[in-house]
Amino acid sequence: MKIIVCVKQVPDTSGKVAVKPDGTLDRASMATITNPDDLNAVEAALSIKDKTGCKVVVVTMGPPKAEEMLREILARGADEAVLVSAREFGGSDTYATSQILAAALDHLGVDKDDIVFCGRQAIDGDTAQVGPQIAEKLGLPQVTYAADIVIKEDGKVSVKRMLEDGYMNINVARPCLITCIKELNNPRYMNIADIYTAYDKPCNVYDYELLKDSKYIDKTVIGLQGSPTNILTSFTPKQKGEGVMLQGTDAEVSKELADALASKHVI
Amino acid sequence: MSSFNNTDLSAFKNVWVFCEQRNGEMMPTSYELISEGRRLADELKVELVGVILGDGVIELAPSVGGYGADRVIVCNHPLLKDYTTDGYTKVLSDMIEEYKPEVVLFGATNIGRDLGPRCAARLHTGLCADCTHLDVDMDTYKNFLKETSTLAEERIDGIKEIKVLGEPRTLERELKMTRPAFGGHLMASIVCPRFRPSMATVRPGVMKKAPYDEAKAGKVVIEQPTVNLSESDIQTEVVDIVKAAKKMVDLIGAEYIVSVGRGIASDVEGGIKLAEELAEVLGGVVGGSRAVIDSGWLPADHQVGQTGKTVRPKVYIALGISGAIQHKAGMQDSEYIVAVNKNSSAPIFEIADYGITGDLFKVVPHLIDAIKAAKAEK
Ligand SMILES: Cc1cc2nc3c(=O)[nH]c(=O)nc-3n(C[C@H](O)[C@H](O)[C@H](O)COP(=O)(O)OP(=O)(O)OC[C@H]3O[C@@H](n4cnc5c(N)ncnc54)[C@H](O)[C@@H]3O)c2cc1C
Ligand SMILES: Nc1ncnc2c1ncn2[C@@H]1O[C@H](COP(=O)(O)O)[C@@H](O)[C@H]1O
Repeated sequence: MKIIVCVKQVPDTSGKVAVKPDGTLDRASMATITNPDDLNAVEAALSIKDKTGCKVVVVTMGPPKAEEMLREILARGADEAVLVSAREFGGSDTYATSQILAAALDHLGVDKDDIVFCGRQAIDGDTAQVGPQIAEKLGLPQVTYAADIVIKEDGKVSVKRMLEDGYMNINVARPCLITCIKELNNPRYMNIADIYTAYDKPCNVYDYELLKDSKYIDKTVIGLQGSPTNILTSFTPKQKGEGVMLQGTDAEVSKELADALASKHVI
Repeated sequence: MSSFNNTDLSAFKNVWVFCEQRNGEMMPTSYELISEGRRLADELKVELVGVILGDGVIELAPSVGGYGADRVIVCNHPLLKDYTTDGYTKVLSDMIEEYKPEVVLFGATNIGRDLGPRCAARLHTGLCADCTHLDVDMDTYKNFLKETSTLAEERIDGIKEIKVLGEPRTLERELKMTRPAFGGHLMASIVCPRFRPSMATVRPGVMKKAPYDEAKAGKVVIEQPTVNLSESDIQTEVVDIVKAAKKMVDLIGAEYIVSVGRGIASDVEGGIKLAEELAEVLGGVVGGSRAVIDSGWLPADHQVGQTGKTVRPKVYIALGISGAIQHKAGMQDSEYIVAVNKNSSAPIFEIADYGITGDLFKVVPHLIDAIKAAKAEK
């Protein structure tokens, strides 16, 4: 049994975000982090490894420098890493990305007892599409928004799948793909023993040559140009018009506010 | 890959809205999408069609007409009673292949965001996630950009076509799907020029619901096609569906929201109590920033923001909330924003219509009195 975890390196949007004059993101000037939900996916895999001794393989598609992130996850306890990287893959939308990752996962082999984990969504695009789209390409059943995952005695996986107003309990046979949310667990830190061995563990690079003839890849539908969706315009939103800062004692400003809202007929 | 030719753009016609129901009840966002879909269908000069999947759900069909649909396709089948990815994907994708709509919209709910990407991958087309604005008509789109973006006018006026694989493509009939990216720091308009349908999931609470029209509800055309689905198509088993024990707070439909942030830390109970009182005077509900939810001071369904709910009430009052970009992303389209914060340079004031620099514990009691008084005067 093995668990494959798809992880993405994303710009850290929690601080100041640098935008170029043409309205695109200045990625070069921003720090990168591992996508937060993906760390929950890694933790889910590692905790199953703790119990079963299964193998954990992390896979990312990204630029060569994403290897740093993979090494960090190896230092948390994953066993192997795969870096899917080629110029031809750059700029892919979710459809194109999922074709490439499906090809990579197929090359790696998704076997009878395996599970694929993804994060719910990546904070750069917030699409939550890549997981389900990989599952569709590979013909795997999927369960999204997982807040609890248990492998049952019969080998099936029982998942608590969150809804806005409650949850569903779902049983799914392996192999399957599950997307993880932050309520699932608290990701562990790197551990000393694994930090020492992180650089000895295998980190394979899958390039265009290796994947281009995969049945999952339609070469006319990958990369920036081939992706089904294209960015027409990107822009920074205008700040809302000038507001007023009310001045005076707490009682005065409260009255002023209430009067203003009443005169605008909103209360 | 599906056999139908989805590059023959002219073969595709009509706007579809996936009308999500749960347990026989329509999700409110379906009506928002029908209302928005009406505008798009008019701009494209085509029909607006609502699609309902479920078991014995035909009685929901007229309501979809009442919000603007010309036609409703109802797919009834015992295996569609509860949502499963496989069952819903198969039936909806089969319908799309057969009827060939040019636009398909889903609510960006936990179910829409499971179903949409799976269908798009099966149908070999693009999908734009979590849209907050949609356009077809170029002039309307350009006016939208002029009103909301910082782009120069000449740049906006210069938008004419898009080059894809070296070929220019016209934009006249393209669905222009605008959405926030990077947590709201950037907006992007996405198109899907080579394939049909153009598909989008749309954020709940963003599109405005049209007034309900009884006459249209009575006139809507209802179709019930044969559904081909068998147990072997479905690879997951729904054991049970559990409703949250407590009633969820209805932030999305609320006209008044009083939200609290970490500013209540010195007296959490007192702070929430003040917010509740203020909300009650206004006839609204209480929300919170992520900091408040993460600290366990309010349940998760109260969270406003990028990873919480998107709201647009008449009045949004932020108490002790700094105004991080991820919080603003969920509330900046409120009609009036009021902020109370100790720190006069808190970023929340950048988007506030009315700002009060002060201690929320001291200000809010006065606010409650003042609003009571103002309402009594009417
Ligand atoms: C991927 C991601 C997603 C996120 N999603 C969301 C989201 O959906 N929603 C969300 O809200 N956040 C979200 N965040 C978190 C966000 O970045 C902020 O950390 C959070 O909004 C801060 O909450 P806050 O304003 O309550 O707390 P703080 O930033 O700590 O602000 C507290 C404010 O209270 C003021 N204050 C203190 N005492 C008083 C007093 N007595 N009276 C008046 N004012 C007082 C302070 O001056 C300060 O401005 C997200 C972050 C990330 C990285
Ligand atoms: N380039 C990528 N490499 C590996 N995994 C990815 C990549 N992009 C997305 N994913 C996975 O898909 C999930 C959803 O991403 P997204 O659809 O971009 O929001 C992420 O949390 C990852 O698990």
